[in-house]
Parts: sequence; structure tokens; C-alpha cells
Amino acid sequence: MLLSETLQNPAVSLVPWVVFLPLIGLVINLVLGQRLGEKFVGAVASLAALAAFGVAVVLAVTLAGEPGVGKFHLLDWIQVGGLNLGWDFRVDTLSVTMMLVVAGVGSLIHIYATAYMHSDVRHNGDPSRYRRFFVYFNLFILAMMILVSADSYLMLFVGWEGVGLCSYLLIGFWFEKGADGTANAKAAKKAFVVNRVGDFGLLLAMFLLFWNFKSLSFDEIFAQAPALAQAAPGVVLAVTLFMLLGVAGKSAQLPLFVWLPDAMAGPTPVSALIHAATMVTAGVYLVARSSPLYLEVPAAQQAVMWVGALTALFAATIAVAQNDIKKVLAYSTISQLGFMVAAVGMTAYVAGMFHLITHAFFKALLFLSAGSVILGLEHGHAHSHNGHNGHEEDHFDPQDMRNMGGLQGRMKTTFWVYLIGALALAGIAPLSGFFSKDEILAAALHTSPAIFALLIAAAFLTAFYMGRQVFLVFFGRPRSTAAEHAVESPALITVPLILLALLSALGGALNLPKIYTLEHWLEHSLQHSLVVEFNLTVAVGSVLLALTAIALAWWLYGKRQMRASDPDPLAAPLGGLFRALQNKWWVDELYQAVIVRPYHALASWLSGPVDSTGIDGIANGLGQLTHWAAGSLRRIQTGYVRTYVLVVLFGVVLMLAFLAFN
Amino acid sequence: MTMVLNPILLMTFFPLVGAAVILFFKSEQKSAIRWTALITSLVTFGLSLWVLAAYGRQDVGIHRLWFRIAGLPIHFHMAVDGLNILMVLLTTFLTPLAVLSTWKAVEERVKGFMIFFLLLEVGMLGVFLALDLVLFYIFWEFTLIPMYFLIGLWGGERRIYAAVKFFLFTMAGSVIMLLAILYLGWNAKTFDLPALLAARDSFAAAQIPLFAAFALAFAIKVPMWPLHTWLPDAHVEAPTAGSVILAGVLLKMGAYGFLRFNLLLFPQASLQLAPWMAGLAVIGILYGAAVAYTQKDVKKLVAYSSVSHLGFVMLGIFALNAEGLSGAILQMVNHGLSTGALFLMVGFLYERRHTRLMESFGGLWKSVPVLAALALIVSLSSMGLPGLNGFVGEFTILTGAFGSAALGSPWFAGLSTLGVILAAVYLLHMMEKVFLGPITHAENRSLPDLSPRELAVILPLLVVIFWIGLYPKPFFGLIEPGVAQILAAVQSAALALH
Repeated sequence: MLLSETLQNPAVSLVPWVVFLPLIGLVINLVLGQRLGEKFVGAVASLAALAAFGVAVVLAVTLAGEPGVGKFHLLDWIQVGGLNLGWDFRVDTLSVTMMLVVAGVGSLIHIYATAYMHSDVRHNGDPSRYRRFFVYFNLFILAMMILVSADSYLMLFVGWEGVGLCSYLLIGFWFEKGADGTANAKAAKKAFVVNRVGDFGLLLAMFLLFWNFKSLSFDEIFAQAPALAQAAPGVVLAVTLFMLLGVAGKSAQLPLFVWLPDAMAGPTPVSALIHAATMVTAGVYLVARSSPLYLEVPAAQQAVMWVGALTALFAATIAVAQNDIKKVLAYSTISQLGFMVAAVGMTAYVAGMFHLITHAFFKALLFLSAGSVILGLEHGHAHSHNGHNGHEEDHFDPQDMRNMGGLQGRMKTTFWVYLIGALALAGIAPLSGFFSKDEILAAALHTSPAIFALLIAAAFLTAFYMGRQVFLVFFGRPRSTAAEHAVESPALITVPLILLALLSALGGALNLPKIYTLEHWLEHSLQHSLVVEFNLTVAVGSVLLALTAIALAWWLYGKRQMRASDPDPLAAPLGGLFRALQNKWWVDELYQAVIVRPYHALASWLSGPVDSTGIDGIANGLGQLTHWAAGSLRRIQTGYVRTYVLVVLFGVVLMLAFLAFN
Repeated sequence: MTMVLNPILLMTFFPLVGAAVILFFKSEQKSAIRWTALITSLVTFGLSLWVLAAYGRQDVGIHRLWFRIAGLPIHFHMAVDGLNILMVLLTTFLTPLAVLSTWKAVEERVKGFMIFFLLLEVGMLGVFLALDLVLFYIFWEFTLIPMYFLIGLWGGERRIYAAVKFFLFTMAGSVIMLLAILYLGWNAKTFDLPALLAARDSFAAAQIPLFAAFALAFAIKVPMWPLHTWLPDAHVEAPTAGSVILAGVLLKMGAYGFLRFNLLLFPQASLQLAPWMAGLAVIGILYGAAVAYTQKDVKKLVAYSSVSHLGFVMLGIFALNAEGLSGAILQMVNHGLSTGALFLMVGFLYERRHTRLMESFGGLWKSVPVLAALALIVSLSSMGLPGLNGFVGEFTILTGAFGSAALGSPWFAGLSTLGVILAAVYLLHMMEKVFLGPITHAENRSLPDLSPRELAVILPLLVVIFWIGLYPKPFFGLIEPGVAQILAAVQSAALALH
């Protein structure tokens, strides 16, 4: 059942370069960046990402010619006892697809960031951090490439934790900013720790895999999977469920999604690249990559599917009530990741990967456009500030949508690309999101009515909150002086946006009904993906539903002119429910009460009463009994170091002499 | 005089030459004393590479009758093998770095400090290389003296309390071990380890109490929970270089003792008691991590992190399989590198601010970015980030423990894996409080970043941290024969038990 034709093409040996190239970029910037200035740093980092993309393209062309699985052994790694692991790369259509997305979208975001970070480091008052940003950014590409090109679970885990580290570094990029000056640093820590909870699951999954398969490399495990599922179904179930914990951490699913909204503390290109387009989709990739395991255990499929569908709806409800432009997109990302996870749970692997790709396009676009909006508002704020000299706008928040409005006139390019991104996310035909979301909905209808209901409700809310956002940001009249004076961003920013807008609009062509290019491409790696024929009723119905939601958003947010201080029109009719949405269902507070504070209390109890008083108390009590020993020891302390030294040295020499003359 | 040209002997006692030279300097010639100590320790490191080169090619050990006590022969037997080669290299590698770290930190009584430091190195190398129980015991006790003085004379405010506590704890264990050694020698009519191994049957009946007597001494040294409370005090009061060697090498003597003596001499007892020892190890992992999290003093936090990390080492040892044992030995090295580096970092901070309380720091990444970035790498190594050394050790240990036949249950490894989460909690908590956030104290605004000397201290550690993380093969290769020896003993014991 497994495709085992090994690809012998020499192009395969290029694969480590997807890792080496960003490594070279970051080393150059680390060593020379400070001296050679911003332009050099930005160019080196972007070229490194582009070069990695070039390698991915060569690999893709090679695979298009002769599909198969290419392998490249770079170096031995851990070989001890039964463990036999190397730095082994894998080139197949699935890994190369991920490489293309990571390096392709990654390159565009690198280029965008060269301009964005130029402003950002000045706005935040530390231009010396420009270089640091691109070192981290290249490090991220490096780690992500290790993740997607690994041929074993353990090497995948290297990238998996590596991207987590980059996420930590970039969320905490402005580590002295945020509420109280500590919020960003805390957000970074939270992201890493929550991800470690997921990694705990992945580690246990690997221990189980190793002792049951005597291997951690994909092919050896997958080849034995059916037999083991027969002999010990519980083991395969445990492996896949522990893996799901890892997926929930990395891809921000219930119950571990809480880190992603806080991760918006990172600069906007970070939100686009790491927390929307690539890193967070690693969980989806993991399930797709492990499909031979999941296919053996329907119970695990069910679990994955439910986690994804519930997350999709849950996060969408929260997105409805957020005022921060990036927070809306963050919850939207969680929700869309829920769609992908639900898809791979239903074994609709191609649909999940398809949505992963289109989502990378339009969500990167939306985040980057939001960044452009924020820049525009910061400029407008600075401009209007020159006129005033008062402090009344000191707490101006350039990310609060209540301070926006009417930006379509002042930021035309940003407006149009944002609109394309929003409509693609809302699933309006014929934009890319329509096709990919539709495949998931069709698969859900085929699999389970309950899942379908959850997802269609989430899709409705998606169109609604995106409509709300577009109307609040771009329509109506400006609700702040900053919005009145907002200016369009420079070409280095808008050109990547236009390219991403094109991809978001046309990305559906990757897997058009009846043609299914992506499916035929991926079937070399994902043999047993659930494929459901294009369903016209679902397609038309979901578009109509989305349009209804947008109309509702217009009626609430677009029709009337609002002021920045007005309450949300939904606050009154929804009452307590709206408060719950605004407060994110109090999940953070719940975790504080149930996990964080009890752990802190337990740790304090262990360190105080147990360790200092209890254990050390007993030891000191014994010490009292032998007080005379301490007393006599003190007597020989004459205080003269040379006495001690001489005595000791004398002893040693005596010993040696004994040896020599015996 | 071929004996003098023996690389092992030359390496072990070479620091004495430096100590003797220093004796002739005047106390005021601090610079000359420091350089002599540094060069001596560097030459010793070079000699250890000679030992490494000779290891495997020929028998480089020294084995001769030394003297007799009550008719029982005592052998001067030192040799290098898979169990001690990495410990020897770790010792000779860390000592020059620790010496170099004292350049500014130790201004008082430099002469005595350096002599004790070099004597300590002799003692540690002797402990790892001695293969006669009496010789081992002499070296074991001998290390106590210089360390006692290093803490008691160059330590912090409560140095006397800490030094006496260190001394008494260790002595308490050692005395009981001495009784066990005498019992063994009396029964087998020899103290020489190979001969004792051949005569295992003569004390088979008393395996459990003998195991316990050795285990007590070693468990205090490691330290295993609940015998660990001397460690935080010793670390907090010890000078930086003392902490580096204490954490880096002295604690390893305990774990090494388990490998060399408990497992090899009493394999049946080891098998029978493995779940108990592993249980204590698991408690140590979780307990150490939790208590580390609540510390306000950075050095104390690192000290408790050692309790947690050494728990992983002990878990690997008592997994009693190839993965667990190899991982444990490698993790002994890893802990020496990572925790040694962490203590150096804390020392650098202390030299700048004369405090170690986290509340006195905050936002340091802004004033000392190089120090902060390197501290992050070291913390990541300590919390087992893949690609760095700590992960290779932890993963192999946990893998071994998960499927260990001796432990018989995956729960030991499963619970210990929680330590991976908790390590991130306390280390990132430390990173946040010290290096991130805004600068809250004016005096932190203009601290000097790392000097070239400080970089020279820390960079060699980082190189090995990456090396082991990415390509541990040569290290595992050195360990392998030692692990094979233990596995053979354990397997024959398992057969005998069933």
C-alpha cells in the first residue's frame, strides 16, 4: 500500500539547502549586519528565503517529472541501543508542498518586513533591533524547513520545538513593551510553555512509537502500522491521541489555543508568517504526515475531527466581539485551523492541505494588510500629534478598530487587497477560500451531520466578523484624527500585498473541481485521502449564508455612522453573552484558577514547609546532634590559608612518596 | 621510570606541579599566580587529550601493589574506560574555564584559592580513575578538603554554615561506605575492583545492605531527593568557580559511583531496587523543578534545577538498559556544561551588580544583549531544546526508562516527561525576570556587556553544547564499552534472579 519507489534523482541532494540557505543568511547578518546597515540586512535575509524557495521549486519540478520519495542522509545523529536516528531529509510531494508554502509566503513576508520593520523599530525607539529581527526570521525559516523536510518523528520534533523557540523570540521581540512593560514577555513565555504541554504529548507518542516499532522514521513505522493496529490497537490509539495533544499545542486548538491570541504581541510580519501562514499549520501537517497511523484508528480520527470542529466554532464566536484588528484575525486563525484539523480528522487530507495553502495566502495577506493599516494610523497619529501638543491622545491604540473608519479613501491599495483577503476568508466564490472551505464542508456533510453543523455555523460567523471588520475599518467616516490623517504605505509593503492578493484570489485554481491538480499531486504522498465530489448545494448554500452574514454585518456596522466611544451594536441585544464573547469565555481566567495558581501554591508549599522546614529541618536537627563535630572542625580553622594549604599539600606529597618508594 | 611517563598518572598529578610552583610566588603576585594556575589546568587538559588518544589503542592504566593493611593488599590501580573517560575530559575541560572565570571575582588570597583549586582537580581525576576501593576512597575523601575550604573561605555570608553542612552530609555517607568497603575487602581479600568483580559470589548474600551503604554515600553526593538540602546552601555560598566545579564535576562523582560500584558490584540488588531508586529520581525531577520555580535568588534556582536534572541522570542509570545508561552518562556531561555555564552567567551578573536576586534585575537584554543571548542559549540547552546537548541526553534517558524491563512500567518516564514542561516554566520565568521586561533599576541601564575574557570562558562551553546536540556520535562511541560492561553484569544478574 505504500509507495516505495525511491527517487534517485540527483536533485534530491539539494534538499539540505532549504535549511542551509537561511542558516547562511542569519550567520551573515549576525556577523556583518551591524556594520553594513538595514538595506544589507533586509536584502540578505530576503535573498536567503528566496533562495530556499528556489530550491523548493527545483525539488517540485523534479517530483513533477518523476513522483516518488527522495531521501537524503546528511549525518548520523543519535545511535545508541536500539535508537538509530540520522539527519535524514525526505522529499515527497507533501514535504515539498510545505516547503513551497513556507519559503514562498515566507519570502514575500520577508520583503514586506524589510519596509515594515524599518518603521516599526523607529516607532518603538530601538533601530538596532532591525538586524535581530531578520536573524530570528531566517532562523524561523530554518527551523520550519527542518520540520517539514524531516524523515523521522524525532527530526520533525527538532523543527517543531525550533519554530516554537522562534515564536518565543519574536513574540517577545519588544520584550519591554506591552501592558506594564511585561505583557509581551509574559505572552512569549506563555506561548512556549503551552506549546511544551503539547510537546509532552508528542514525546510520549515517540516513546510509544519507538518501543513498538523499534524505529522513529516514517516509512518503517508506517509499513508496520496495519500489523500493529491488529495486534495492539490500544497502542496506536494512544500514539495518535498523544500526537493530538501536540497538534492542539502547535496549531492552537482546544484546549491549548490560549497562547495564540497573546502571540499577537509580536510585530505584524511575525503574526502573518508564524502565527497564521506557516508554524501554526504544523499540527495539520503532522496529522496528514501520520495518516497511515490515523487511518488505522477511527476513534482517533473522531477525536481529531471533533477537536477541530469545536475549535472552529468556539474561536469564531470570540472573534465576533474583539475590537483589536489583529485579535480578530488571531481568533479567525484559530477557527480556520479548526477547519483544517477537522478536515484531516475526517481523513480528508487533501482538503485540509488545500485549505492550509489558501489560508496561508489570504491570512498572510490579511495580517500584512492589517500591518499596513496600523502603520497608516501610526503615521496619521504622529502627523496629527505635531499639530496638537496635548497629551489627550497618549494612550491612542492604533490597533483598535473603534479608532478607525473610512480608510478606504486614504489607503486605497490596502483597502482593495484587504477586501480580497476578507472575501476569500469568508468563502465567497470564486476566491480561493471558497474552494478549499467548500471541500471541507462537503467532506463534513459526507462524514457527520453534527460536524457539518458546527463548521457551517463557524463559516457563517467567519463571514460576519470579517464583514464587521471591513465595515469598521474601511467604511463610514474616520473615528479619530489618526484615521483622518492615515497615509498609504510604501511600495515595498504594497507590492507583496498585491502578490498575495492575486494568490488569494486565484489560489482556488490549485484544486478546481473536476481537475483536482493538488489532489493528484498529493496522492503520491497521501494515498487514502477522503475525496468527496463537488457538491453544488453545499457550495451555493455556503455562499448564500456568507452573503447573509455580510449583509447582517453591514446592517449592524456599515449602515449607521458610529463614534469611537459607542458601545458595540451587539452589546445590548446579546447582553451577558456578548460579555462572555468579549472576555473570551474566561478561558484564561479558568486556567489561571485551575492550573497556574494551584501550581504556584504547590511549588511554594514544597519550597517552604516541605523543603526548608521539613527536610532541611530534619537534616539540621541531625546536625545539632553532631554539633561537637562541627565544633571540633571549627577549632582547626586557624584562619591562615597557608596553614591549610601546606597541610593538604603535605598529605598529598606523602601519599605520592609512598607510592613511588613502595 | 616508565611510570612517570604513564599518561594517566601524569595527567592526574600534573596540577600538583602547578600548585607547587604557585607556592613559591608571593601572595601579591596575583597575576603570575592566576596565569600559572590557568596554564597548569590547560596543560592538564592537553594531557587528558593524550589519555583520550591512548584510550582504546593500548592499556594505559597503572596497576601495582601499593601497600598492605592487616595483610590485605591495596593496589594503586588507575585506568581509563568507557565509564570514566568522559568524566575525566569534563573535569579537565571545566577546570581551566573555572580558573579563568575567577580573574576578577577572586581578589582575596588568590594564592590559596588557586592551590586548592588545582588540588581539587587532582582529587576529582583520582576519583574517576581509581579502580581500587581504598584508593578510590582516599581520593573521594580528599576532594572534600579543598572544596570545604573553597566554600568556607571564599564563600558568601553564610559560608561557614554551608561549608560545614557540605562536609557533614558527605562525611555521613562516606563513613558508611567505608564500612562497606572494609567488609568487601575482608570477604574477598582484595580491594581491587576487577578482582572483586570476579569474586562477586563471595558477597552475593549481602548485596542489598552493601548496595544501600554505597548508595547512601553516592545519593548524598548526586544529590538525590530527599538528601539534597546541602546543595542549595553550598551553591549559594560557594564562589562562582566553586559552583561550576561543584555542579559540573563533584555531583557527577555520585552518579559515577552508582555506575562504577553499585551496578557492577551489586547487579542483583540494582535490579531489585531499580524501581525504588527510579521512584526517588522521578520525585527529584518534579520536586526540584517545582522548588526551583519559587526561588528569588538566581543561583538557588539553578541549584534546584540541578536536583531536577540529576534526577534524569539517576532515572537513566536505573533504567538499566543501553538507552538509559548511555543517555545518563551523556547527560552527566551535558549537565556539567549547561549548569556550569548557567553558574558562570550568574557569576557574571553578580560581578556586575553584586546581587543575585531576580527582583534586582529585569530588562537586562537591553543593556547586555550578548550576555542575555548566551544565557538564553544555555537555558535552552538546560531545558532540553532539540539541536542542543540537553535534548539528546534527556530523550535517550526517557526513551530508555519508558521501555525499561528493570522498571517494568512506563509511568516513571511518563511522569518524568512532565519535567520537560516544568523546566521551561522555571527557566523562562528566570529569563523573563532577569533579561526581559523593562529596566526597573537605574543601575542596570549601563552595565558592561561580556568582556573578551568572559567570552573566552563561555564560548568553549557553547561549542560543545552545539556539538553534542547535533553530532553526539563520538561521545556515545566513547561511552559504549562502559555501558556494555554494565549491561553484561546486569544481564547475568537477571538470569541468576530468575
